[in-house]
Amino acid sequence: MTTEAIHDSHEHDDHHDHKMTGIKRWLYTTNHKDIGTLYLWFAFIMLLFGGALAMMIRVELFQPGLQFVEPDFFNQLTTVHGLIMVFGAIMPAFTGFANWMIPMMIGAPDMALPRMNNWSFWILPFAFSILIASFFMESGAPNFGWTFYAPLSTTYSNGSTAFFVFAVHIMGVSSIMGAINVIVTIMNMRAPGMTYMKMPLFVWTFFITAYLLIAVMPVLAGVVTMLLTDTYFGTSFFDAAGGGDPVMFQHIFWFFGHPEVYIMILPAFGIVSTIIPAFARKRLFGYSSMVYATASIAFLSFIVWAHHMFTTGMPLFGELFFMYCTMLIAVPTGVKVFNWVATMWRGSMTFEIPMLFSIAFVILFTIGGFSGLMLALTPVDFQYHDTYFVVAHFHYVLVTGSLFSIYAGAYYWLPKWTGHMYHDGLSKAHFWCSLISVNILFFPMHFLGLAGMPRRIPDYALQFADFNKWVSIGGFAFGLSQLIFLVVVIKCIKGGKKAEAKPWDGAEGLEWTVASPAPYHTFETPPNAEDIKGQ
Amino acid sequence: MTTKKYETYYVPAQSHWPIVGAVALFLIAVGAANYVTDIKNSTSGFGGYVLIAGIAMVIYMMFGWFNNVINESMAGKYSHQMDNSFKQGMSWFIFSEVMFFAAFFGALLYARTLSVPWLGGADNNAMTGAVLWPEFTAQWPLIKTPDGTETTGMGWYGLPLINTILLLTSSVTAHLAHVALEQDKRPQLKFWLGLTCVLGLVFLYCQGLEYAHGYADEMKLYLTSGIYGNTFYMLTGFHGMHVTLGTIMLIVMLIRVFKGHFTPKNHFAFQAASWYWHFVDVVWVFLFVFVYII
Ligand code: HEM
Ligand SMILES: [Cu+2]
Repeated sequence: MTTEAIHDSHEHDDHHDHKMTGIKRWLYTTNHKDIGTLYLWFAFIMLLFGGALAMMIRVELFQPGLQFVEPDFFNQLTTVHGLIMVFGAIMPAFTGFANWMIPMMIGAPDMALPRMNNWSFWILPFAFSILIASFFMESGAPNFGWTFYAPLSTTYSNGSTAFFVFAVHIMGVSSIMGAINVIVTIMNMRAPGMTYMKMPLFVWTFFITAYLLIAVMPVLAGVVTMLLTDTYFGTSFFDAAGGGDPVMFQHIFWFFGHPEVYIMILPAFGIVSTIIPAFARKRLFGYSSMVYATASIAFLSFIVWAHHMFTTGMPLFGELFFMYCTMLIAVPTGVKVFNWVATMWRGSMTFEIPMLFSIAFVILFTIGGFSGLMLALTPVDFQYHDTYFVVAHFHYVLVTGSLFSIYAGAYYWLPKWTGHMYHDGLSKAHFWCSLISVNILFFPMHFLGLAGMPRRIPDYALQFADFNKWVSIGGFAFGLSQLIFLVVVIKCIKGGKKAEAKPWDGAEGLEWTVASPAPYHTFETPPNAEDIKGQ
Repeated sequence: MTTKKYETYYVPAQSHWPIVGAVALFLIAVGAANYVTDIKNSTSGFGGYVLIAGIAMVIYMMFGWFNNVINESMAGKYSHQMDNSFKQGMSWFIFSEVMFFAAFFGALLYARTLSVPWLGGADNNAMTGAVLWPEFTAQWPLIKTPDGTETTGMGWYGLPLINTILLLTSSVTAHLAHVALEQDKRPQLKFWLGLTCVLGLVFLYCQGLEYAHGYADEMKLYLTSGIYGNTFYMLTGFHGMHVTLGTIMLIVMLIRVFKGHFTPKNHFAFQAASWYWHFVDVVWVFLFVFVYII
């Protein structure tokens, strides 16, 4: 494959990639690889920042009593930690993967709408600087939790609420444009012969995720708008005195919120479904069932939202309906876990770092799925709701689920991105330190929750002290372990063993047919995907 | 895929418009946030100016960006496939707008069928009614809220009906304009498109009249008049904003038609504007039914 870009009259730029140099390259870029890199770095910086906030939370919770921070500031910490991790770390990281990999996997020259792609990215740093800047405002940052329930976010909110609302608005604009780009790229730019059912599962999961995004981000925009007018213009959407209802907030929010959690896990499924076959040296077991399972999860995610609201006193029919629908999601999720295990079954497995993270994903995500199933049982949730059990649940699915898959994917494609192999010892250290500390961090939270420790509080009763100490220790260890990853990445960019075009012998897909590092422009003329066997 | 052989897909070189757009959105967000905060605290500040600067910058960006796109298109750099990208992008954008309205329609339906009856004691909420606001009676339009704010319901007859007719007609004229363009009948195209723009503007004028009625003392229908006023003004208001945007798009198309742009085969921008117009129309039909009639 020759990858020499075509020379045109482009400025006096002599080297073959005709890209600008310095900061302008990144500000003006329309290249999917550049934009993917920007997304990934942004996500990682946000991860470290959100992690720093979490460290402060764990410092305060190390012991019972109020030691270091004011309760109000504590609430600001949990709120901004949640918002940053969800919207600033996990989602942009996945968009980074989408940008880097989708065009290469389907044999497209770039994303379908490259300028809009740049716009989607550059909105994010601005949006998050507004959010973070609110820490330095007189009133402090938002303090009503990442779910910003009314009336905490309306009647009782502090002076920075409008900043929060508009920051969320422009984040939403960014996500919607990003999602439109993904959809159009996949629908319109596949190489000849790349039929839908031949696409890598990775592409499928991002495709379906993008649909979820354009369906629910506007609803988020709607609900923050109502919150804004309630707080600033005297409407009463969420105020019973005017005929509205605070519970209505929760309905609209979770109509967005539940699909949102799948937005954060479906791409993870895609990454893991790419990596496990590569290191088990077998085809993915049940490719088409994976596609259908992903689609059914996405569909079901629209009719389960009120499982977050069992304790609001819904009519009995509602409680039952949402309980059964929620449990139904476990079926396609189970199909997936089964298929991953079946793929490994009798494979000739090797345990490189991407594979280690993927296996950890399968096991630990399943723990999170099981605790989710427990929470799905209405009567049981009456006890667990708003306790640390919920915190344990969503950190298992989001940290050992989404985040681990992101690491798995990063290690898997780093050779393609940088042209170098990552440092073996350090990456092993990163994996094992993370794996051990993450369980010390989150596993005891199950017990805390079952014993009744409420979430989002700066202080707690004495009987919770021992577990909290361990949780904090695990937290610091996990936080520090992530710095190892920073070192690994920097070293890998700077140098290291040269990577071959296809460093993993079981890997499949068009991205491995181009050189490592991937040339600036790939597939300017589409490759022939006619003879790709499909899965 | 339908096309066997691919034309090369045009990937634009670096562009500075997106970053201009990002800065513009930043200014809009910061400006608007400061502005509403100042309104609430009755203080004065610079928020409004920042907001206006942001909006101006967005307009500047759109001109520059679209100019690039139009030039590239006229220079024949775009392929059939590129056209598809634009079309699909536009249709999914419209879909996201539909979901935005869905959130507000959801709020309306929730209030009408659940929260207002519950406040009046329906289902198992007898105690809510008895303890919180014993005087309250559930009804729709909610002309008296639990805390006693009174207002009047807006009937569907009169202005809203006229508006419905206006918009439905404009959808037909927009379609006729499209047909004329495809048959390369430029005079008809100009006529129908011009008429569509006029109908849009008249609609906006009538909507303004209606708001003036609402805010007049006989009706006392304000944005703050409880959930009825909230949903009424938010839904019609956001719809009105979309009509405004749609009208601007159509006017721009009209100008471009007079400049001789568009061919029977190649007129994505026109098509996008007309899709958008049909979309605001459909939203209005839903509005008319759910906000005004029932
Ligand atoms: C097996 C499938 C799953 C089931 C049955 C399930 C069920 C639930 C239930 C019932 C709750 C509400 C608990 C409460 O507040 O009382 C919950 C909370 C949550 N779940 Fe899941 N879940 C599943 C998978 C996931 C996944 C894959 C993610 C994200 C990647 C996720 C993220 C969350 C989050 C973030 C919350 C907490 C939201 C909050 O209140 O802050 N869940 N889950
Ligand atoms: Cu959920």
